[in-house]
Amino acid sequence: METTGQEKSTPGFPRLGQPAPAFEAQTTHGILRLEDFKGSWLILFSHPADFTPVCTTEFVAFAELAPELKKRGVELCGLSIDSTYSHIAWIRNIEQNFGVKIPFPVIADLNKEVATLYGMIMPGESKTEASRCVFVIDPNGILRAMIYYPLTTGRNMQEILRLIDALQTTDKHGVATPANWKPSEKVIVPPPTTAEGADERMKAGFETKDWYFSKKSL
Amino acid sequence: MPCKDSSGELTEMARKILAVMADGVPLNEVAEKTGLPLYRIRSAARELAEAGLAQQKNETYVATEAGRAAMATASGRA
Repeated sequence: METTGQEKSTPGFPRLGQPAPAFEAQTTHGILRLEDFKGSWLILFSHPADFTPVCTTEFVAFAELAPELKKRGVELCGLSIDSTYSHIAWIRNIEQNFGVKIPFPVIADLNKEVATLYGMIMPGESKTEASRCVFVIDPNGILRAMIYYPLTTGRNMQEILRLIDALQTTDKHGVATPANWKPSEKVIVPPPTTAEGADERMKAGFETKDWYFSKKSL
Repeated sequence: MPCKDSSGELTEMARKILAVMADGVPLNEVAEKTGLPLYRIRSAARELAEAGLAQQKNETYVATEAGRAAMATASGRA
């Protein structure tokens, strides 16, 4: 199969619903493998560079979000194309200047191995920095969600928490979640897949607009 | 988490983890007892095994003679 120049220069992306790419990497917590997180949810996120302002606000925000994530069985792991020494210096600097201790490991991906595996580098933005990517990996190692933000835009922590809540609600109750859903709000009952199911759905006692559109409280 | 410091002695964290896992305690229990996340325990167990201080047995690790000797030395220092 012929490929275009664009395809050749752009590394592949992981796919939702498939096993997240395995890695072994040097981090601020020692050498970690993806499999070390098995049994927990994992948010693997990248940032462009240490000692930069937007990334600093994000690290502070991720650290502040960590206790809420912990309650939900979620671990965090950061990544940038910087050295461990740079990460350590930056983490210490954040604690000194902002009074926030960074509780999660940060991958020192100097050879871009993990960044390439996960498609974190957007050559149109920067060939030497990872963009602001978020990968949500479930306890079985399956990639469940991806978010990509450009270098200039800090991420929204409440959206990341909402995404975790939505994924965990889906897994626990076998439902979907509507636009702007938040915990305690009504969820979507998956539509029936047969004509008989559609007839039954109209009498099922859900909040039903039509056979394919039903909501319920949990 | 390098399990030894620059002088070749067990680090405080390695000693703590090795002491709890020494007799084949499951790693999730080691995490609970040490208050460390499970991923750190798994990583540390691997390093301790690579250093010959622990040996994997099924899903658990036990301290080797070298591991017990290193713990004794570390206790002597403390």
